[in-house]
Amino acid sequence: MQRFNLYQEEYHPSPLINIWLEFKRSHIALGGFVLLVLFLCIAVLAPLLAPYDPHLQNTNAILLPPAWEPNGTISHLLGTDGLGRDVFSRIMYACRTTFGSSLLIIAISVFIGVSLGALAGVLSGVRSSVVNHLFDSIMSIPTLLIAIVIVAILGTGLFNAMLAITLALIPQFVHQTRTHVRSELQKDYVLLDRLDGASSMRVFVYSILPGMVELIVVQATIALSVAIIDISALGFLGLGAQDPTIELGAMLSLALDVAYVAPWLIILPGMCIFLMILSINVVGEGLRSALRNRLHH
Amino acid sequence: MIKLFVRYINLMVATVFILVFLSFLLPFLFPGDLLTNVSGIVAQSEEQRLALEKVYHLDKSIFHQFVFYVESLINGSWGVSLSDQANLFAEIESAVPATLELVAYAIIASIVIGIPIGFISGLKNHNSFDFSVVTFSIVGYSFPVFWLALIFITIFCLQLEWLPISGRIDLLYNVPMDTGFVFIDIARSSIENKSAAYMDALHHMILPTTSVAIVTTALFIRFTRRSIMDVMEKDYIVAAKSRGFTQSQIFFKHGLKNALLPILPILALQLSTLITNVMIIETIFSWPGIGRWLIQAIYQQDYPAIRIGMLVVSLFVMSLTITIEFITRAIDPARERAESAAL
Repeated sequence: MQRFNLYQEEYHPSPLINIWLEFKRSHIALGGFVLLVLFLCIAVLAPLLAPYDPHLQNTNAILLPPAWEPNGTISHLLGTDGLGRDVFSRIMYACRTTFGSSLLIIAISVFIGVSLGALAGVLSGVRSSVVNHLFDSIMSIPTLLIAIVIVAILGTGLFNAMLAITLALIPQFVHQTRTHVRSELQKDYVLLDRLDGASSMRVFVYSILPGMVELIVVQATIALSVAIIDISALGFLGLGAQDPTIELGAMLSLALDVAYVAPWLIILPGMCIFLMILSINVVGEGLRSALRNRLHH
Repeated sequence: MIKLFVRYINLMVATVFILVFLSFLLPFLFPGDLLTNVSGIVAQSEEQRLALEKVYHLDKSIFHQFVFYVESLINGSWGVSLSDQANLFAEIESAVPATLELVAYAIIASIVIGIPIGFISGLKNHNSFDFSVVTFSIVGYSFPVFWLALIFITIFCLQLEWLPISGRIDLLYNVPMDTGFVFIDIARSSIENKSAAYMDALHHMILPTTSVAIVTTALFIRFTRRSIMDVMEKDYIVAAKSRGFTQSQIFFKHGLKNALLPILPILALQLSTLITNVMIIETIFSWPGIGRWLIQAIYQQDYPAIRIGMLVVSLFVMSLTITIEFITRAIDPARERAESAAL
C-alpha cells in the first residue's frame, strides 16, 4: 500500500541515536569510550576479577617488580608492595573506590544542583539575586579549602572527602541550570505552556528539562574528571580515604616511602588515575563536538 | 559605570561579611574546647581560664564576641597557633608572598604560552598543528597535578639530578627575607654572588611552576581556541571578508578583541582550581607558602591557624574573582551578565 510520505528519508533517527552516530565518527572518542567502559567494568566486577585478596600480605614476596621486569613473576602481574600485597588486585579495588565514589558524588551534586538551579531560575527579584550571588561566590572557593574545613570539623575519611567535593561541585550545576532556565523562560513554547495553565514546576519538568539533559551530561563529564582528581588528591594528602580503604591517591602516598626501591608503585596507580581522567575527558570532548555538529546539521 | 561600581562594592562587602561570619562560627563547630579553639592556648588553671574568657569576651553574648573578633581581625592581632604558639599574623605574612609568587608565575606562563597557541590553532583549525595542540591540551588537563609533580621529581631530581627537590633557594645563600618575594629579596640583599643566587632561585622555581602551569596552560589553549573559532564564524567577520580585508587585518581588527573578552571570566573561574593545585604542589615541593602551612595545620589539628588561614585564602580568591568580574563588565557593558567562554 502506497503511503504519503512528506519526508525523503525513510528512517528518522532520534536525537539520542543522532548523537551516537555523530560520536561514533570520531575514533579517538570511541577509544576513550571503550576505556571508560573498561574502568566501569573493573569498578563493578573488581571482587570477581582480582586474582588476590587486596589485603592479603604475602611476606615471601615483598616489593616484587612487575612481570615484565627481569625479577618479576607472572603470578603477581604488576608486582607487590612493601607489605607483599598484590598491586594488580589493589589497583582494581582502588579504581572501585575512586571511580565509584566519584560517580556517586556526581549523581548527588547533579540532582541537588539542578533542583536549586531551577529554583533560582524561576525566582526573581531580591531572593533570586541573593541565591545567585551566594552560589557564584561559593563557586570560587577552592575545593581543597572546603575539604580542609570539613576535615577539621568532622575528621578525615572517605565520606567526609566526598561531602566536601560534593559541596564544591554543586554550584556549577546551579549556575548552568539557572542560566539555561532564565533564557528558556523567555521563549514562546514556555509561554504556550503558561497559557495552558501549567505551574512553574510543570513547565520546568516537562518543557525545559528534556532540552537541557544533554547540556547537563556534558557538564557532568567535566565534573566527573574534577571529582576523580580531587578525591585522589585528598587521598594523597591523607585527608581522604584512610588505610583499610584502598584508594588510588592514598596508594600513591603510601608508595612514597619506598619510592627509591619501587618506582612502579608510584607510576602504576598514577597512570591509572591519569587514564581514567583522560578517557572521561576524551568522551566529554567527543560528546561536545557531537552535540555541536548535530545542532549544525 | 558608577552604578556598576556600587553594585560590585556591595557584593564585595556582603561576601567579606559572610566569610568573616563563617570563620567566626568555625571554632564552635570544631571539636574540643571552645576557648582553646578561639585562643590557641590550653588553659592550665581555673584562674587562667577565667582570665582568657574575659580577654576573648567569651563570657559575653555572641554579638559581643563577633564584634570583638572583627576588631581583632582589623587590629592584626590574629591570635597564636595551637601547636607552637607562634604569632599567626607574622606566619601568614611570611607565607603569603611565596604562594603569590607561585600563582603569578603559573598564570603568566599559561597566558604567555596558552593564548598565542590557542589563537594559532583556532585560526588554522583541522591541520596537523591544530590536531597536536588539541591532543596536548586534552592530555595536559587530564594530569593529576600531584602525580605529575612526583614524576618530575623522579626524573629530574632523582634520576638526572638536574634540579633541586624542595624549597625556594639554597640555604647557602644567606638571603634575608624582607618582602618574602625571592627575586626582590635577592635584589635588595647585599650578598656577593647575586647572579648565582638568581640562578639558584630560578632552578628551584622551574619544577613547581611547570607542574602547576601545564594544567592551566592546557585549559587556556582550549578556551582561546574555541573562542576564536566561534568569533571567526560571526556575521561581522564574513562582512569584513566580503569587503576584501586580508586575513591578518580581520584578525587584529575584529577577531582578537572579541575573542579575548570571554577568556577573562575564565581566568576568574579557573582561579579556584589553580589555588587548589598550588596548595598541593606547595606540599610536595616543601614550598613555604600558605597551602603547605594550612595542610600542616590540619595535620596538627591547629584550629586557630585553620580558621585564619581559611579566611585569608578565601578572601584573596573571592576578591580577585569579583575584581575580574567587575573589569569584564566594565570593559563590555553591553553584556547582560559576565558570560564566559565554553570549552
